[in-house]
Amino acid sequence: MLDSGSGHARSGTVLLQTIGLTKRYGSFLANDAIDIAIRPQEIHALLGENGAGKSTLVKTIYGLIQPSEGEMLWQGEKMVLAGPHDARARGIGMVFQHFSLFDNLTVAENVALGLDGKESFKAMSARLEQVSQQYGLPLDPKREVWQLSVGERQRIEIVRVLMQNPKFLILDEPTAVLTPQEADQLFVVLERLKSEGRAILYISHKLDEVKRLCDTATVLRGGKKISTCLPREETAASLARMMVGTEIKQVKAAANRQTTVPRLVVNDLSLAPDEPHGVHLKNISLELKGGEILGIAGVAGNGQDEFFAALSGERLAKDPGTIVIDGHAAGHLSITARRKLGAAFVPEERLGHGTAPRMRLSENALLTGHAASGMVHNGFINTAATLATVDRATASFDVRKAKRDPEAASLSGGNLQKFIVGREILRNPIVLVVSQPTWGVDAGAAAVIRQALLDLAAAGAAILVTSQDLDELADIADRIAVMFHGHLSEPLMTADADRETLGLLMGGSALTPKDVPDAVGA
Amino acid sequence: MELLEAIILAVLAASTPLLLAASGELLVERAGVLNLGVEGMMIVGAACGFAGAWATGSTFIGALCGILAGVALSLVFALMTLGLAVNQVATGLALTILGIGVSGLIGAGFVGERIATAPRLYIPGLTTLPFVGKILFGEDAFVYVSLALIIGMSWFLYRTRAGLVLRAIGDNHVSAHALGYPVLKIRMFAVMFGGGCAGLAGAYLPLAYTPFFVPGMTAGRGWIALALVVFASWLPGRLVIGAYLFGAVSILQLHAQGWGVGVPSQLMSALPYLATVVVLVLISRTRSGGSTAPAALGTVFVPDR
Repeated sequence: MLDSGSGHARSGTVLLQTIGLTKRYGSFLANDAIDIAIRPQEIHALLGENGAGKSTLVKTIYGLIQPSEGEMLWQGEKMVLAGPHDARARGIGMVFQHFSLFDNLTVAENVALGLDGKESFKAMSARLEQVSQQYGLPLDPKREVWQLSVGERQRIEIVRVLMQNPKFLILDEPTAVLTPQEADQLFVVLERLKSEGRAILYISHKLDEVKRLCDTATVLRGGKKISTCLPREETAASLARMMVGTEIKQVKAAANRQTTVPRLVVNDLSLAPDEPHGVHLKNISLELKGGEILGIAGVAGNGQDEFFAALSGERLAKDPGTIVIDGHAAGHLSITARRKLGAAFVPEERLGHGTAPRMRLSENALLTGHAASGMVHNGFINTAATLATVDRATASFDVRKAKRDPEAASLSGGNLQKFIVGREILRNPIVLVVSQPTWGVDAGAAAVIRQALLDLAAAGAAILVTSQDLDELADIADRIAVMFHGHLSEPLMTADADRETLGLLMGGSALTPKDVPDAVGA
Repeated sequence: MELLEAIILAVLAASTPLLLAASGELLVERAGVLNLGVEGMMIVGAACGFAGAWATGSTFIGALCGILAGVALSLVFALMTLGLAVNQVATGLALTILGIGVSGLIGAGFVGERIATAPRLYIPGLTTLPFVGKILFGEDAFVYVSLALIIGMSWFLYRTRAGLVLRAIGDNHVSAHALGYPVLKIRMFAVMFGGGCAGLAGAYLPLAYTPFFVPGMTAGRGWIALALVVFASWLPGRLVIGAYLFGAVSILQLHAQGWGVGVPSQLMSALPYLATVVVLVLISRTRSGGSTAPAALGTVFVPDR
């Protein structure tokens, strides 16, 4: 695919090099003098925690951000990018983590927008079909994006980049939203691109993947480059140590956790979606005992949000008996009534759903604690009690913040998540429903949160955890069920739930064909 | 038959300013910007259009003045909402209030003055045809311009790359920015186009509809134009149907009063708004998926650099 001369022949030469690349926002250094060299036919991993500066670096290389200092060399010559079109013109392509797609436009229109429009729409559509076939990435050009699964959306992004015939591809956490099988298919494509002489910069924090796929790895921490290493010669633990800077505490479950009576029971719950893009929940049943953690795996958008809304009471079930909290039929009860029964809820979205971003932490504590925590007397807020909750959460869960009672939005993701989980756990719930507890949270905070969930279960609570991170579920859950197209599989004991089985369930393959109108991926 | 012809002619005349203003706003909203200042840009367009025509005696110059006035006012909006990232709803409302004030100031000296109305097309043989002649071939230029505008806009939105980029920006400005499209610049051009259309729609009133200027003569047409865009669910084709429907309602309401139909005129005047509410409910109940409104509509965009 590539022009002759640039690929195999000169695979030792450097394709892209950054020298002392620095990006400053006020006094904050997002990137601090970063040197990185990428060669043709190389898959180069860029590792780091959230906020380490990975996104800033790749956005600079893609021309979206202008560097404050330092320079970039492209094939040995100085490169200054006025914008992404400059980068594309040189042969740099990017697949974004949060897809840069337009939901209400068709696949072909989306692809056209990523190209520079030198060919007619018709010629472009024909080439789109050709490229997507060539790489085994099937796409229907006429469908609108909102109708597609996450895996298909990513295919659009990749095909769009491939149509520019790039020499250098940047992929920002491409597997974060894929099933293990979809990720394997992606790796096949990436290996093929590499064999064609292209270079790939691969951002991820999944260390096993990096060890398996990447030739070189550069680790960033706090905006600085820590090292460049050969990931195949490192262990996952040594890579993690470079990313985090310290050893990560292993979470430990209490050895002899006792399960008690059923605390959360769902009986044949079906619920039609209330918005056009929603998922129809179909005949979901489960039983969760005190002292037990049930994990729900699944690719995002398979009904997890709808299930959370039904459990929390954001949406009510028609039949009260479909949801039973601690022996009380609760399907018809409001969120507050369910909290009074001893349930607590931690939604996926921290800002805007878990907390009101512009309100103080104490006010946010009140928002979920008003019904059952003595924070309100005769309609008046007991400020001392709300502040005390903030202080307890801060002390127990190591919430780091600039002052005693700041606005929720001013906390980092990890600290805000620790606060939210802490706020709910301090209410001593007997049922905790938590969605994506450590999504986008740094490894240190994630360990604190996972340990807190294990401790809460050890104290006798029933915990339902929804997560896309299979490793996390393997760490903390006793049983794992998979959600696909609004169906919930039978839970498997965690010991029996290997990645392959879960992956098949996440892709819908293990369900009977009649349940699966249009299977994702596969 | 003659009454019907008269009614149709009146409906066309009443619908044209709605169609002009709503076309501009449709494009603005397709780019993801909600400019509630249509009424204000229209009334300033009316005052400046009348002033231009009164000074030069030319309808064309008058219309041009109206367009420029609308564009100028829309630039104020663009500066606030795009440049300074101010809330679009608040700015749009302020723009309307500003426009009403400014038009009163400009137009104060012109109240009571008269000008000649815009010339109408006359093609011997065609315009004199019975019934259809005057309707099809005897309109003023504004009517033909409004229809050409809507056809051109459909073509632009769905057949050109620039139109695709504009729709993309209205759907997801973050993605559009990530792909390297100049979101704010394109939005500014859209807002200016919307301002020009609103100004022209306003100028139509003293130049062709009635030959004089009265303060507040737009009488809520800007708001109807805004409602029309929603009524049309952001589709140019439906906008034409909607504009003529709303125009017809306002004319029939006058005739209904003349015929002594016992419906309060206020209720008839409210019909366009009621129809919009009904359409909104129908859209949200029947759509199978995808959002009909531009997804980024009314949201502020600040690029990170």
